[in-house]
Amino acid sequence: MTDHIAWVALAIFIFFFALVTVMGFVAARWKSGPVNEHLDEWGLGGRQFGTWITWFLVGGDFYTAYTVIAVPALVYAVGAYGFFALPYTIIVYPFVFAVMPLLWKKAHAAGHVTAADVVQGAYGSRSLELAVALTGIVATMPYIALQLIGMEVVIKAMGLSGELPIVAAFVILALYTYSSGLRAPALIAFVKDIMIYIVVLTAVVVVPTKLGGYAAVFAAANDAFTAKGGATGLTLKPGQYLPYATLALGSALAAFMYPHTLTGVFASKSADTIRKNAILLPAYTVLLGLIALLGYMAHAAHIKVASPNDVVPMLFKELFPEWFAGFAFSAIAIGALVPAAVMSIGAANLFTRNVWKSYVNPDISHAGEAAVAKITSLVVKVGALAFILFLPTQFALDLQLLGGLWIVQTLPALVFGLFTNWFRGGGLLLGWAVGIGWGTWTAWHNGLKPLASISLGDASYSFYVGFGALLLNIVVAVLATIVIGLMSPAKRGAAVGS
Amino acid sequence: MWMLLLLPFVGLLWVPFYNFVEPSLLGFPFFYWYQFAWVPITSLLIWLVYRSRTPDSDETR
Repeated sequence: MTDHIAWVALAIFIFFFALVTVMGFVAARWKSGPVNEHLDEWGLGGRQFGTWITWFLVGGDFYTAYTVIAVPALVYAVGAYGFFALPYTIIVYPFVFAVMPLLWKKAHAAGHVTAADVVQGAYGSRSLELAVALTGIVATMPYIALQLIGMEVVIKAMGLSGELPIVAAFVILALYTYSSGLRAPALIAFVKDIMIYIVVLTAVVVVPTKLGGYAAVFAAANDAFTAKGGATGLTLKPGQYLPYATLALGSALAAFMYPHTLTGVFASKSADTIRKNAILLPAYTVLLGLIALLGYMAHAAHIKVASPNDVVPMLFKELFPEWFAGFAFSAIAIGALVPAAVMSIGAANLFTRNVWKSYVNPDISHAGEAAVAKITSLVVKVGALAFILFLPTQFALDLQLLGGLWIVQTLPALVFGLFTNWFRGGGLLLGWAVGIGWGTWTAWHNGLKPLASISLGDASYSFYVGFGALLLNIVVAVLATIVIGLMSPAKRGAAVGS
Repeated sequence: MWMLLLLPFVGLLWVPFYNFVEPSLLGFPFFYWYQFAWVPITSLLIWLVYRSRTPDSDETR
């Protein structure tokens, strides 16, 4: 990557960054409510977002900047296998449609702000509540750090070196999130998503015309993979079927267990808002699939990079005029701000409701909750920044992988109670602990790879660790619930089924 | 009708069903356009279920 500064690109970048900064601060007055007086206002934007705002917000925080960098990078490196992001972001929506409106209703009726609130309401178990809350907070931190990596990549592509730009960008983000809460990313998401749509739709039309059409793009990628060998190619090797399917399914089940996606669910106006979004959000999946193809376009454009993460910035620098590259980089950087803001808000809500309120100050006022959450969002962001500045990048990537397998372990506790009140809190807690324990241990022993293998007879099957851990979690939760039921047949008086 | 929601899982998670290069469409190998095709199909299926369900009592439709 060249070291000279791309001034035109940088000027455009600074313009858009300034624009969203102003929007971030102004957002406090948008659809205004008393931002400082109630956590519902700061942390959920007043629980009033309708279909379109929710579409932009959830689209903006689910399809993150890091996705725009990392998915094409993986597709560039290994081919078809990297495409699991596409089935993943398709099958997530039937799940959202079936589950999230029920979750919204329960949260809305009881005034719950977080997943852990819902779990506490269903099972009356402080320990299960804490387990869900801590899992959410810990899984979110490296995810925020990844957004910073996404931003770092494009800032570097513009020729800026050093850590000052990223620190400056993050301080500004932290300040307007502090002052406006969820309204800031919701408003900025409009800009971010429209910019990303323009960039990607332009790229997928213009780039193939420059490179000789899609057939040529796929052929070039095929040649590159043939030369490279190994488990790469335009289609999957037989041994990759199960990893591909379990990664897609496991990731889809994990996606809406994260605090940032759930915040989008809880902030919406009605259950119907969520249903309509399950129908409309797949539009972003088309976009993601097209983004993934940028990895193949890079092969056709003969781009060679030291780190696959530089594939997308290099492609834009090579094939587009500098002003458009600057626009694209701005889109990606702003694409990092929206999820980073929502993630820090989701984590702050969890800490406030399920750690601070439950263990430190149970009598906290609504205004007090908002104040604690605002401070926490700053702490969370500083933590993520420190992560990137002081620890190796690989550490954030590894933790993000573990975060995915951790967060999906909260699914039984959060989701099963929406459909049945058969499960016991103690059983779900044990399932959670076994899922986290086995999953972490297995991933660790496999050198922090997402796949584990089991041998049945002569054959060996590889699958996504997080998915395997979830199955184990469910089995343990069922068995433990049966045992607990035998030991103490009378259910405790938790507000089940309310 | 709710069973329709299972179709995308079947269609996308049974990989041997679509792990081919041919027939390609507009330069896209089958593996790619088949998975892309599931995006609008999934939206449509969810919409069908949405239409058929009993609305919430507080919904205006």
